[in-house]
Parts: sequence; structure tokens; C-alpha cells
Amino acid sequence: MEKKDWPVWEIFIRSKAGLAHKHVGSLHAADAEMAIENARDVYTRRMEGVSIWVVPSISITASSPGDKEVLFDPSNDKVYRHPTFYEIPPEIGHM
Amino acid sequence: MRMKNRDLYLILADTSLILGQRLSEWCGHGPAIEEDITLSNVALDYIGQATSLYKEICAQEKDGKTEDDWAFLRDASQYKNLLLSELPNGDYAYTIARQFLFSAWYYLYLEQLMASKDEFLAGFAAKSLKEVKYHFQHSRDWVIRMGDGTEESATRMQNALNEIWTFTGEMFTSTKAELAAAEEGIGVDHLSFQDAWNELVENTLQQAQLIKPENGWMQKGGKEGKHSEHFGFILAEMQYLQRSYPGAKW
Repeated sequence: MEKKDWPVWEIFIRSKAGLAHKHVGSLHAADAEMAIENARDVYTRRMEGVSIWVVPSISITASSPGDKEVLFDPSNDKVYRHPTFYEIPPEIGHM
Repeated sequence: MRMKNRDLYLILADTSLILGQRLSEWCGHGPAIEEDITLSNVALDYIGQATSLYKEICAQEKDGKTEDDWAFLRDASQYKNLLLSELPNGDYAYTIARQFLFSAWYYLYLEQLMASKDEFLAGFAAKSLKEVKYHFQHSRDWVIRMGDGTEESATRMQNALNEIWTFTGEMFTSTKAELAAAEEGIGVDHLSFQDAWNELVENTLQQAQLIKPENGWMQKGGKEGKHSEHFGFILAEMQYLQRSYPGAKW
């Protein structure tokens, strides 16, 4: 019998209402429902989550490591893009 | 002092304990690491449920026993688990079929038990129902996946259902103790949800393109302490440590 591996899925968990889903890892599953069930068992055993997203890894397009300089270096010398030049009034406290 | 509904508690606790022990045998042997973790989680759910019932018996009887005494220091004839729970794991289809038929039943049972006049049992049912709902969902999805899968997976699943079917009748029998408890509004009348169980199973098997086995002669006796030939072996493995090193803790 031909043995075919299940496809890989990327798992995103929202840990609390209001927070964004965060990538936690990947796993194998035959279909989306199985991916959710497996994610529940693999990544939320210790009450880590309130919501799960699963995405087939194959659907993710990643930036190429070779493009690193083109993509990211130009922002190196543009400090003015950081909001560090504003005085924060003391009554606002920690932001 | 012997608590009034001890037998009712023991049927539930022993069934959970033995099924949990069986499922834990998959730990490290699952067909995929994800399924391995899932079955271990399910096993722990059942062992947790058994623990809470044994603890309640100890709390009510106050005779110095602990839940470990109940789990590890009894002989085969003193266990009241359903025969279904002690069946060896077989292949993955067999384990899943057993889990599906049992958790469909247990799910409906716990729904009724939530209305029990026994406050502990009502609370236990509400808490356990959430776990069992997941066990049902997980096993049902696999029954469908395998039934509606390849020729080999469908054959294996159909064979498993055919073999296990004779053990499903016991889930709808009642001992004297269970009947008395049901009459008092503490236990559950098993026949009250037999139709619902049949429907649930039929719907799933239809979706899976599997055939529901015919009702033939049904095995029973587990609830009265009469167990299958497999039971001695599972007890030997489960009890070995506490029997060889009494009171061992780690």
C-alpha cells in the first residue's frame, strides 16, 4: 500500500479574547477538521487558547531569505519612523 | 459505612478507569504523533473522571481508604466496568469504533445524569460532558474518515463494528442498584435514551457508508463483576506496581 503523509498545517492560537492569533507551530492532519482537533490536543492542553486557526502550510507564501537586504535594510536609517520623538504627558503613564 | 449508591458510582468509575487504562496503552504507539497525544489526553480524561468518583466514595465512607485502594487493590470480580471498556485495543479502527460506540452512549447518559438529585453526580456529569463531547466528536470524525476512506480502511472499520457490536447491549441493561437509583431520580434509566443512541450511531454510519450491524446475542456481566478473559491481564499490568510496592509514591 502506498503510504502518503498527511499535509502540514500551520497553527495559530488566540490566547485571550481581544488578542491576535499567534503562530504556535505546525502539525500533520488529513483535513481541516482534523487539524483543529489535533491543534486542540497538541497546543492547548494547558489552557493556552480561546480560538484556533489552521492554515495549510502550502498556502503560505514566504519572503525569500535572499531578498533580506532589499526588503529590510532600507528601513535601517529611517529612525524618524519610530514614534520616539514625542513627549508623552505623564498622566498617560506607560503606553 | 457503605454509601447507598456505591454500586452506581463504581460502574461509572470502573468503566472510566479501565477504558482510560486501555487507551493509555496507545501512548508512544499511535499511528501519528498527533493521534498519540489525542488518545493520551482522552485516557487522562477518563482516569480523572474515575479519580473524582473514587474520591467521593472515600469522602462519604470515611474508612481510611483512598482512591488508589479502589483503583489498584481490588480483585477482578470486584470491578463493575462495562465489558466494552476492557476489550483489547486491536488496530486503530477497533479502538476508534469502541470509543465511538461508547462515547455516543456516555454522552447521552451524562446529559441525563446532569438532572440527578445527587448533587455530586449532577456536577460530575456537567463537568465530564464537556470532555466526552470531544471524545465523541473525535471518534465520530474518524469513523466517517475511515468508513468513507479507502477500501482497506472501510473494511477494517466495518470489521471492528461487527466485532464490538455484541458488547453494546450491556450499556442498556440495568442492575438492581441502577434501577433503584433511577427510580429515586439519582441514576439514569438507560432505556430512555436507547433510541437516541441508535439514531446517533445510524446517522454517523450512514455518513461513513458503513453498515450498522444486526442486533444479535449481547454479552453482559461486567457490571456484576463477571469479566472477559482479557481482564486479568489488564489488571495485572495496571496493579503491578501497587501490589509489588504497596503504598509506593513518586
